[in-house]
Amino acid sequence: MSTPVLNITKGINALKEQIDAPTAAFFSSCVHCGLCAEACLFYTETNEPKYTPINKVEPLRRVWESEYTLLGKVKKILGLSKPVTDELLAEWEPLIYDGCTLCGRCSMVCPVGNDISGMIRKVREGMVASDHAPEGLIGASTRAVKIGSPMGIRLKALQAQIKHIEKDTGLTIPIDVEGADYMALLSSMEIINFPEYIESLAKIFKQANLSWTLSSEAFEATNSGIQIGSSDIARELIQRVVDGAEKLKVKYVISPECGHAFTAIRWDGPNLIGKTYPFKVVHILELLDELQQSGRLKTSGVEDKKLTFHDPCQIVRKGGVEAQPRRLLNQVATDFVEMSDAGKMNWCCGGGGGVSANERADEIRLKAFNRKKSQLEEVDVEVLVTACANCRLILEEGLEENNMDIPVVGLSELISEHLVEDGEKI
Amino acid sequence: MEMFSNANDFLIWVRGDAFNIALFILIIGIFIRVMEIFLLGRKKDFSEPRGTEWGPGLKNIVSRSVVDSGTFKRAPFIVIVGYIWHICFFIVLLFFVPHIELINAMLGLQWPGLPSQLVDAATVIAIVSLIAMLWHRLTHPVLKFLSTYEDYLVWFVTFLPLLTGYIAFHRMIDPYPLALGLHIFSVELLMVVFPFTKLMHAITLFIARWYTGAMMGRKGIES
Repeated sequence: MSTPVLNITKGINALKEQIDAPTAAFFSSCVHCGLCAEACLFYTETNEPKYTPINKVEPLRRVWESEYTLLGKVKKILGLSKPVTDELLAEWEPLIYDGCTLCGRCSMVCPVGNDISGMIRKVREGMVASDHAPEGLIGASTRAVKIGSPMGIRLKALQAQIKHIEKDTGLTIPIDVEGADYMALLSSMEIINFPEYIESLAKIFKQANLSWTLSSEAFEATNSGIQIGSSDIARELIQRVVDGAEKLKVKYVISPECGHAFTAIRWDGPNLIGKTYPFKVVHILELLDELQQSGRLKTSGVEDKKLTFHDPCQIVRKGGVEAQPRRLLNQVATDFVEMSDAGKMNWCCGGGGGVSANERADEIRLKAFNRKKSQLEEVDVEVLVTACANCRLILEEGLEENNMDIPVVGLSELISEHLVEDGEKI
Repeated sequence: MEMFSNANDFLIWVRGDAFNIALFILIIGIFIRVMEIFLLGRKKDFSEPRGTEWGPGLKNIVSRSVVDSGTFKRAPFIVIVGYIWHICFFIVLLFFVPHIELINAMLGLQWPGLPSQLVDAATVIAIVSLIAMLWHRLTHPVLKFLSTYEDYLVWFVTFLPLLTGYIAFHRMIDPYPLALGLHIFSVELLMVVFPFTKLMHAITLFIARWYTGAMMGRKGIES
């Protein structure tokens, strides 16, 4: 049986484990200038100071101060330090999970260079360890571990979708092909809400003439462990992908149009399992761009509707895939306009970092969407393109809520619609 | 003051023993704080890098001094006053001829100073900007919310040397040795407080900016 006393000890220990030299440098440098608030859509759209990013990491700061600084240790002995209590963590839980999408914008703005969102991710480790994570994310993580998907999607559901697509299009969607060059991952949302993505993959690989496969054991790209902040869960989910890829002996694993999945598999994964992969990870946009640059992907026709691109935070700001979507879009669109703050300074849709899986955050998430709304009003486009299934769903919901009639399209899907084969469109 | 029979004794003390103690605490304190950071280390990163760390880390040390235009529009006051304060402070600290003479006597380094009227003007601007920032801290909802006693302590020990320096320069306290002694004493207060407060940002921000720039560089994100 776990008790609050045990849990808080576990939580503090988990926070202690998170503190490294960068964290200490960050806390030492903060001068409380407040600029990070201006970078955070949860502050700008609510005007509530508690959403100031640096305030969200207070539990971690207290642990750092009392355990890793001389003055803090003295204060602790004298009983002057502020302890991390169960009540504190309970109070901070909504700030950490409902009021932060780990979008990383604060980390770009901080004048002393603090990676604040990286520290918020660290606080989540302490939250999970002390039993302070929201129900929605606990449910998603449990389903991810037990069923293999945060949305509870099983292989059967994927197979049914594949059958549909194959029947409708005459394309083949290979599963478990050993020795294929590429292994594609999918997000549950793509399987259920946007199967067009799977169809797009088939078209793209066919035209580029590349061997690819899905894995029946490792098709899910999303990683609830990353979102809830549990390295243990994240590690288990990453290991499945690594095992799947090793079993099929693929050279590349393709991260789908899903933001946090890219962070999980591309950047965090090797560190979670403590070794480098025997394969390379590429984002689908990186692959598309590379194929197009090398002439293996030919498109014809252009969209003449005015359109803009919503940068998924984890792919662009935190993933470094910024130029690729722009080159790709310019290939198939004549009237591509940028939103203000586009690229690595773009504003989050409001649903990243597990916020969309946390029903408790629905209200504040829709409020935070007002930032995207005003960005969109400025450019007044007919089509909104993005490259993350979660962003897409959140954008669709936000637009509907605000009676804005703008269709949201996935970039890979848009490119695949313009592919030509032997002078003919597929 | 019982300890000192006259202002000259006080000046001798602040220039001698007091300064040595303050300098010792400053240097040892900074050393401890920096070691506290570096000894924590960083875990090895196993992800395949897209770019290098060192260059982007160094670049971020410089580029973080410029805020993005969107944030500037949202918070022009703190950005502008922040710049003015830091620039004027460094003019006063590093280009007032007597300060350069002190540095030269201690370290054997020297450079040309600025005319004292110009330094005087910079002092006034620095004082005004510090007062403006205090007002901002006391009235802006976010800053009011974030601020702790430490923020005000740090403000106070930074403000004092400027005020006492201005007073000493304009001979507003008699006798002059007392005015100068108070100025040096207020600087010593700053030196003692420095390593144990967020004044340390003057040193650790280079470390913080480097780490973040390096992390971004590794991922191929421009800093």
